[in-house]
Amino acid sequence: MSEASTVSPADLRVVPSKPEENFFTHEKGILSWIFTVDHKRIGFMYLLSVLASFALGGFFALAIRTELFFHGPENGIMNHDQYNQAMTLHGAIMVFLVIIPGIPAALGNLIMPLQLGAKDVAFPRLNLMSYHLWVLGALFFISSLVISAADTGWTFYVPYSTTTPTAVIPAAFGAFILGFSSIFTGLNFIVTVHKLRPPGMTWFRLPLFVWALYSTAVIQVLATPVIGITLLMLIVERAVGLGIFDPALGGDPVLFQHFFWFYSHPAVYIMIVPAFGVISELMSAFSRKQVFGYKFIAMSSVAIALLGFLVWGHHMFTSGQSVLAGTIFSAITFLIAIPTAIKMFNWIATMYKGRIHLDTPMLYALAFLWVFAIGGLTGVFLSTMSVDLHLHDTYFVVAHFHYVMMGGAITAFMGGLHYWWPKFTGRMYAEGQGRIGAVLVFAGLNLTFFPQFVMGTRGMPRRYYNYLPEFESMHQMSTIGAYILGLGFVLTAVYLFKSFFSGKKAPANPWGATTLEWMCVSPPPYYNFLEEPVVNRGPYEGYEHLRFDKETQGYVPAE
Amino acid sequence: MSDSHDGHGHGHGEAVYPYTPHHFHSAKQHLESGKMGVWLFLVTEILFFAGLFCAYTVYRSLHPEVFYWAHFYLDTFWGALNTAVLIFSSFTAAFAVRNAQLGQKKWLRINIIITIACAFCFMVVKYIEYSHKFHDGLLPAGHFAPKHEVWESHDFQKKHPESAKAAERIAVGLEARKNKQAAVRDEIVGERNALALVPVQDTGSVPTAATTAAAEPKSAAEPKSAAIPKAEAAPKVAIDSKSVDGSKATAITATAAASGDEKKQEGLTPEADADADEAAAAEAALAGDALADAAAASGEAEAALAAQPAAKKEELSDEAWLQRQINALSYEERHPLEMAGVIRAPSDGPLEFARPAKAGIFFSIYFFMTGLHGLHVVIGIGLWVWMLFIANKRQMGAKYFGPIEFTALYWHLVDLIWIYLFPMLYLIH
Repeated sequence: MSEASTVSPADLRVVPSKPEENFFTHEKGILSWIFTVDHKRIGFMYLLSVLASFALGGFFALAIRTELFFHGPENGIMNHDQYNQAMTLHGAIMVFLVIIPGIPAALGNLIMPLQLGAKDVAFPRLNLMSYHLWVLGALFFISSLVISAADTGWTFYVPYSTTTPTAVIPAAFGAFILGFSSIFTGLNFIVTVHKLRPPGMTWFRLPLFVWALYSTAVIQVLATPVIGITLLMLIVERAVGLGIFDPALGGDPVLFQHFFWFYSHPAVYIMIVPAFGVISELMSAFSRKQVFGYKFIAMSSVAIALLGFLVWGHHMFTSGQSVLAGTIFSAITFLIAIPTAIKMFNWIATMYKGRIHLDTPMLYALAFLWVFAIGGLTGVFLSTMSVDLHLHDTYFVVAHFHYVMMGGAITAFMGGLHYWWPKFTGRMYAEGQGRIGAVLVFAGLNLTFFPQFVMGTRGMPRRYYNYLPEFESMHQMSTIGAYILGLGFVLTAVYLFKSFFSGKKAPANPWGATTLEWMCVSPPPYYNFLEEPVVNRGPYEGYEHLRFDKETQGYVPAE
Repeated sequence: MSDSHDGHGHGHGEAVYPYTPHHFHSAKQHLESGKMGVWLFLVTEILFFAGLFCAYTVYRSLHPEVFYWAHFYLDTFWGALNTAVLIFSSFTAAFAVRNAQLGQKKWLRINIIITIACAFCFMVVKYIEYSHKFHDGLLPAGHFAPKHEVWESHDFQKKHPESAKAAERIAVGLEARKNKQAAVRDEIVGERNALALVPVQDTGSVPTAATTAAAEPKSAAEPKSAAIPKAEAAPKVAIDSKSVDGSKATAITATAAASGDEKKQEGLTPEADADADEAAAAEAALAGDALADAAAASGEAEAALAAQPAAKKEELSDEAWLQRQINALSYEERHPLEMAGVIRAPSDGPLEFARPAKAGIFFSIYFFMTGLHGLHVVIGIGLWVWMLFIANKRQMGAKYFGPIEFTALYWHLVDLIWIYLFPMLYLIH
């Protein structure tokens, strides 16, 4: 990393390609999209699907918040059953359809092989199958919505999920299929990173986004099968009375919780670790400076991925688990704060003495630092057993994981989306509107979820349809925040949509970044690199050789 | 992999085999990537089954007697046969890989066909085993209703002949006692019907009258008598009848007991002056009967029947009789039944003689694990058929044998999982 002197401007040149061969125009017709094996097209379809799901999940979120704006069960827009269903669908859609595939499957597919310098992922057809499975899983979710939406919460806890009359089987089967979609993406990425690195791309020359996706992929492959089998057991339990989770038949409902969290805690890292990767990229690119502590950031992703497997019991402090087990789970959970803090401090150190450019992606990255610090530190409160007994199942937990999932994963996703948008669409979005959107999202997010911390500590239980009068003002603040958040996203959707058709043509390297995807034209040709790149430098080396070119409005090597 | 991308070369000196997709620069890289992908997939498969192995471990430690009890219903012969068949098919699969590497087209096809035949053989045996179990009511917990008791099973009789005989004896004894009690009841009901003094009433009205008549209902209703083997047959019904009729049941049995005692004092005379008592007794017996039907499965039935022995002072109570029978057993007779949870001594109350509670959980695990494994075998058959096509169409050799090897790896895993399932389910000691 310190051999910056060996990097010459020529190493940062854009690899030429035949201009007519960008991946959007290379083949025509709807079938050429549905059956494409090109990672960029698959990533783009993933992106559209994830954004559509995000709109749907956001719609349910606003429905919930609107209901809670009005105090008392007789006021509001829906009855308690509909409320339970809206809450379940919001959670399940956001987790299974949006956040889990959001960064790895959508942005990862679009960008990761480019960053790696590969022509495609290792198994392009498996990649396509993964997307098709995603669509199938989403259809099952929607069928549950149409039949009679599940009202179990996204966790599908037994015994309620085996006794409620709502359509749990389609929803659970949808999640089961989505699990396979996620496994195949992860498997593909692991093999791609291992086997398709071009000459010179050593492990410690991988961009941090690739490291993050690699760590995520390990979790996807190791944890997801367990939720698969658990949901399958749940389905069979409902269908034929298997009894594995039914105490009357000799089963044990707590076993479901163990199985569920054995996946779902690592799944939290499936959601957040890729976000770390995005932030590492943004911090370096918009500070025009090598990332500080590259190896520590890379290894802390791996550490989080591995430690994440040993902490599932912290979701079960109140389930009658032994105090010894609780203590151990609590202690290991504390350990996760260490690699996470390593990242935070390294990002801050990256900005130190950098040339910081406050473009929209960087605004999202800075927002991420703020909200993720709050989300992460409140996680330490919750991993303390004695405090958790008080806060368990209150709005404090809701606020905590929204700060991490919404504030962390989604903010990073938005940052990454804006960062790479010019690369894969070939168009620039409206920067001014982008900044307004980022500020709205940041403000809305804090206004929505900060009051929930306060409510939680004062005893407002999560998932409740009604609340005591003293919580009314804070619920209303939260709802107003949600609408501001919604407004920010609608604005973002509008200008991104517009830019896709009428935005300015994007240069190859609009941000002056140094990773390999910017050495490729925008939008990339369908074969990525006409000639396989030879890598002779670290991913963040060579900022000093880039200069802004007014003519193309992008950065070019200063030769 | 995809051949759809053309128009750009591989750009490297190394020779590219015709089946190598565009994004790999060598056959070696292609093969190694595929191999790594398959190994990772096998890891996910292992984790998929790991959930089930974990559930197995939890339930076996929670209900060890159920697992010992249930394994007698599994035929070791069929299990062992399937193990042998699968191991042999793994052998032919491994040979198929070798044939592919050496480019021996004929032998490759033969070995694949043998592997497929073995897989079919496995599924046929599965079919035999499953249909046998469906027939005998050995179903997952929710539908569990076995037609045969464990001591009637072939394996149990072979392994513990004395024990099986003793259990048979006790079961017959219990059955006889039950029939006798039923006969007494029928007699009373028959008389009542002949007299036709009281129209048939719904049982609901009885308790109100009875509670006033019964001096001390608790004492008669309380004792948990010896469990009849049928207990637990339909646990769902049991829960319902318990929760809904629980209070009624106590009251009704109490009446039966109380009026039975009265009747005895009167000397069982069908005279006119005893008509009122007679009617009450008949009514109570009827109520008891109805209840016994409703709660036959629940163990409440014993409570209902407990009323009857009281009518015959000279006979032992059921539990005392059972206690005596069990005490008379030798160690060889008694031990296997205890291991299987058939004879059990609850901390509060008399010895019980019945199928272990929650026995169905074993068959839940059994069907889920073997069913999922069977599904993998079926998928394996599909893969091998596909491989047969590929083996016919493409020229395998030292540089291109990936598909055969990957399928064989999968097949070995399916085999390996069975090698674990066989002792875990069939060979419990």
